[in-house]
Amino acid sequence: MASGAELIRRAKEQITEVDPKEVHDLPDDRNGTVVVDVREQQEFEQSHIPGAKHVPRGHLESRIEGAAKADSHVILYCASGNRSALAAKTLQEELGYEDVSSMTGGITLWKDRGYDVEVPRALTAEQRERYSRHLLVPEIGIEGQLKLLDAKVLLLGAGGLGAPTALYLAAAGVGTIGIVDDDVVDLSNLQRQVIHTNDRIGEPKVDSAQTAINDINPDVDVVKHQTRLDASNIMEIIEGYDIIVDGVDNFPTRYLLNDASVRLQIPVVSASILGFDGQLAVFAPYDGPCYRCLYPTPPPAELAPSCGANGVLGALPGVMGVLQAIEVVKLVTGSGEPLIGRLLLYEALGTTFTNLKVRRDPDCPICSRPPEDIPEDEMGVFEDYEAFCAAAG
Amino acid sequence: MPTAKIPPVLRPSTGGEKEVEVSGASVGEALHALAGAHPATQEQLFGSDGALNRYVNVYLNDEDVRVLDGLDTSVKDSDTLVILPAMAGGV
Repeated sequence: MASGAELIRRAKEQITEVDPKEVHDLPDDRNGTVVVDVREQQEFEQSHIPGAKHVPRGHLESRIEGAAKADSHVILYCASGNRSALAAKTLQEELGYEDVSSMTGGITLWKDRGYDVEVPRALTAEQRERYSRHLLVPEIGIEGQLKLLDAKVLLLGAGGLGAPTALYLAAAGVGTIGIVDDDVVDLSNLQRQVIHTNDRIGEPKVDSAQTAINDINPDVDVVKHQTRLDASNIMEIIEGYDIIVDGVDNFPTRYLLNDASVRLQIPVVSASILGFDGQLAVFAPYDGPCYRCLYPTPPPAELAPSCGANGVLGALPGVMGVLQAIEVVKLVTGSGEPLIGRLLLYEALGTTFTNLKVRRDPDCPICSRPPEDIPEDEMGVFEDYEAFCAAAG
Repeated sequence: MPTAKIPPVLRPSTGGEKEVEVSGASVGEALHALAGAHPATQEQLFGSDGALNRYVNVYLNDEDVRVLDGLDTSVKDSDTLVILPAMAGGV
């Protein structure tokens, strides 16, 4: 039986070794060469060769294909050149990699030569555990999770739609969640607003939501805006957020929000509900249509029952709010195809989903103009709708 | 016959029906057939000038008829018309 040292010595005879200088002298794009770090997670997180892919030796066979194809030029490295030699032998003999080599001396020699290393941002051990199911999804992974932790998302309302959205975004680790709501928790809210509880009836919704969010995830910084969004405060409130989640219950605020978000170029994930019906769309300024492209004018009051209190199945805002949370995660992580230029209709009684196309309106009063040409005094302007609603009772 | 999907706010005008079969060779004919069968929908869909109200979107299958030929867009029996007034409900 060969000793470990003997095994490594033999492996090094059977593979090609390269000096760190060769790796260092590769052009910036490395000319198709894939440099792979085969050390453990903690070692990689401390520092690694800039641009190196990470495939721990323990996962070599199952994960190498995600980093480098069998016909590519692959250079492996570890701490000192032993593990990478064994890994190179495995790739060459067991997995048919045609052009694989191991870097002598590993990252230790690399550093001794004074070459640069990259010190990546890392998750704490607690975060790795908390977000482990995200880290296992390639579309999110550590990069996506770091983006989520950096993201600033503003929720308009901690009501039926905002409640599930806030809970899932908190659980997902969205670093900053702003909430605009001037209301207090009422018993009749609890049929659907699952972020609030019996013992918080009478509390401001922003406070109740903050409690629930931080009970799930203390990582989240909750910014409370205990006010109503209006023309006087909208620019100040929404500026600086990456994404706005809209579930407001009236047209004037929706138009105002649209115009301000186009001006500041902040995407809006928008949902609305009534009875058993829900609508969902992502309005990404200048990438796709805006709310006014879809609905250039509001309907008369009798066709806009959102002005008053209406019935709704409690789980319906749950469905729509969670769909909003998913669109937010997609936008933040850049994965999938967000619902831009499309409108999703969900009809719960018949259990049907319908996708409609929404085009940019070349004559849109707002998004046909560059953002700097949208004057503040025109934002949210249209016929006096609040008076209309009041007249309709 | 083509099928028209009725949005929640118009359902009181169609006796609660969510889908109504409408006859006609064009979007306009089909919508007028709907208004004929359910007169309360007439002024919700059409202005006094006979044009579709601007706050009502109509889709032929998944495409806005305004980017097709509007009310003149031809329809087949297998087509679905989705009628969609703006909705702003949150709760």
